[in-house]
This record gives sequence, C-alpha cells and structure tokens, in this order.
Amino acid sequence: MARYDRAITVFSPDGHLFQVEYALEAVRKGNAAVGVRGTDTIVLGVEKKATPKLQDSRTMKKIASLDRHIALACAGLKADARVLINRARIECQSHRLTLEDPVTVEYITRYIAGLQQKYTQSGGVRPFGLSTLIVGFDPYTGTPSLYQTDPSGTFSAWKANATGRNSNSMREFLEKNYKDTSGQETIKLAIRALLEVVESGGKNIEIAVMTKEDGLRQLEESEIDLIVAEIEAEKAAAEAAKKAPSKEDT
Amino acid sequence: MECVFGLVGDGFALIAADSSAVNSILVHKSNEDKIMVLDSHKLLGASGEAGDRAQFTEYIQKNVHLYQFRNGIPLTTAAAANFTRGELATALRKFCFGQSPYFVNILLAGYDKEVGPSLYYIDYIATLHKLDKGAFGYGSYFSLSMMDRHYRNGMSLEQAIDLVDKCIIEIRSRLVVAPPNFVIKIVDQNGAREYSRRESIPSV
Repeated sequence: MARYDRAITVFSPDGHLFQVEYALEAVRKGNAAVGVRGTDTIVLGVEKKATPKLQDSRTMKKIASLDRHIALACAGLKADARVLINRARIECQSHRLTLEDPVTVEYITRYIAGLQQKYTQSGGVRPFGLSTLIVGFDPYTGTPSLYQTDPSGTFSAWKANATGRNSNSMREFLEKNYKDTSGQETIKLAIRALLEVVESGGKNIEIAVMTKEDGLRQLEESEIDLIVAEIEAEKAAAEAAKKAPSKEDT
Repeated sequence: MECVFGLVGDGFALIAADSSAVNSILVHKSNEDKIMVLDSHKLLGASGEAGDRAQFTEYIQKNVHLYQFRNGIPLTTAAAANFTRGELATALRKFCFGQSPYFVNILLAGYDKEVGPSLYYIDYIATLHKLDKGAFGYGSYFSLSMMDRHYRNGMSLEQAIDLVDKCIIEIRSRLVVAPPNFVIKIVDQNGAREYSRRESIPSV
C-alpha cells in the first residue's frame, strides 16, 4: 500500500505541472463543446462525432443534467466525465438534503473544480482529463450563469465559451459576434459557433437549451436542421449583399 | 395517535393522514403535512417519531431524485418501495455508532404507466406488503374496519373520497384523542398532488 502514495503530479524545474498540461492536451483532442449565455436562455452545444453504424447513438448523451436547474457539457476523457458527473449529481442532492436548498451554479462549479484540483495534489492518482462547461439558473434570483472548469481545477464565469477541438476558432468567433441575446437568437449563436468547426447538419451537433421555467430540453435533430438551414440562408443572403454592390461598380 | 391510511382506486391511489404534531399533552401544530411528494408520481405518507419521519423521508426523496438524474428515468413504485424497505432493514440491525432503527411507518402510493396505481405498506421493522388498502396507528382499528366493510375494487374517486370521509368520521368519533384535521393526497396518471383537507378545528 505504501507504494501508491507517491505523487504523480509534481512540479518541473520551471514551475510547470506537466501532468495537468498533458491533461489539457487530452481536452484539446476531445469533441468540440460550446456554451452561450443569453438573458433568459442558456445553450450548450456539443459536436457529435460520426457514430459507427452498429452503435445505438441514443445511449451516448453528451450533455448531462446535474439537477433540475443545472446542466453540464464537457470535452475530453468521457470515462472521467462519468465519474465527475456522478459525484456532482450526488452533491446536488446532498446539498438539497442538508441545506433544504438547491445548489447555485457557482457552488456546484466550485465543487467540481475542487475535485479536479484534489486529483492534482494527491498520491497515486492522475488529473481528470476533461474541461467542463456548466450552465444553470440561480434558484432564487433566476440569473443565468455559464462557468468553465479545467483539469487544473481553475474555474471562471463566462458570457460564452468553447472547449475541446478547435476551441480557439470557436472562441474567436464568439468574441467577434457575441451580443446579448435571448431565446432563439441565443440558440442560433451557439449553433453558428459550432458550425465554424463542425460539419454542417443536425446529425453532427447535439444542442440542449435551458430556460428557467422548463429546465433542460434537448433539441431534436429535425429542429437543429431547421435552424442550420436558417443560418445557411442568412449566410447566403449576407454573401449576396456583399457581392451585389461590387457588381454595380463595374 | 397518528392516523395514516390509504387505498387504491380506478386509475389512482390516495393517502390520508392526520395533520397534528404532538408532544406529550401539547399540540405543536395541527396543519403538519405528513404526506411527502416523493417525485412526480409518488406519495409517501409517514407516521411515527417526528424527527425520524422528517429525516428518513427526506433521505428517501433525495435518493429517488438522484436515481432519476443518474439514469434519466424515474424509479418504478415497486423499486422505490423496495429501496425504502431495504434502508429500514439495514438500519434495523445497526445498533452502533449512534444509529438506531427508524421509528417510521410508511404508506407509499404511486402511479406507473405500465402497472397503474399501487400502494405499499412498509412498517418500521421493514415489513413490506403490496396492498389495496392499508392503515397505521390506533386509527387503523377504525379505518381498516371501515374499508373492509365498504371497499371494492376499482372505486371511482368520488366513491373513494366518500369512504375516506367515512373513515375520518369513525376516527373522530371513536378514538379517544382523535386528531381533528386531515390531509388527503392522490396520485394518478397526471401526477401526485394534494386533493383536499378535512379540518374540524382551525389549524394552530
């Protein structure tokens, strides 16, 4: 037993925790995930990599419900995600039991980030290989929140963020195009960000929408296809508008 | 002197419980809700030691919710009843580290799409019975007898409420320290909800 209490995550001479950085690499290889916070709606989107023909894709849900008012999407090692999500779900109910109050988004984010940090400073364990996007509404004030955690255990709140594959491109897109949105506009913004890096089409994207009244709702493939079609039409119209004035010049 | 009783009707199950919280000769309050809504389609009526009642039923409720979040679907009524019985059974033989058996008697009513309405009788020493009608407490001497006389399979809601009222009248007139007020809750395909209250004195 004494053999298993040596730390694996130790400092390098120039102050790096390489195991944590390698974990971030694993995140960078994971599927793209995006979260956008609107005024009354929060949207989580995840890239759905091509499913093998024989696999039942319904069993692989990428966006998890932690409680009635909190949802989580992640990028990275899915097996590690299962463990973290399970612990978070237990903590949500435990909080309700002992404090007669639902958790706030910040509380559960702090809890998950705390868990991820613990595994960078314990013997015989490796860090969790995933970053999470946590969304929800504050149970009392009703304000929407979006938080992100990473393998080092840091967390912060965001208006919109992306993680996983090509997250830099998505984040750039969001920085350029973010504005306060609500309802359908928020969903569109999230899908547009995902479409920057994912092949277009409802079967490659999984979208979940959270509202204060109705909680989390997964969009059907047909609904996503409709919105994608709208976005493509808008893009085409914008392209045409750009080309038309230059035609008149000649 | 706590009275909890319940029965299964046509497409619904109901539980009636008295609403008095008593400590020796003092009535703390007479609008105590002893029937917990376990989830969208389950009711848990509990009687017994007040602290144990709150502690145990809340514990069961949160575990039922956890199952739903973990698995994406709710527990069946039968599964919830067996889980509850299992927790009582485990605590029964644990007389150590400050844990003693829970002194709570439970009637669990639920509605499942495939099975319809069902009622489970779980007493504090982990007896489990699936029943059409059940009752706990001194009031059971009267309510069970009334139900034995008047209950039929597949009663309508009006007939069932009439039977519940008959039981409440018996309890009020024949039980020496009868609780004055009752709560009636039902569960059917539309969910679990409070149906009505029976108040003979304004609640304190």
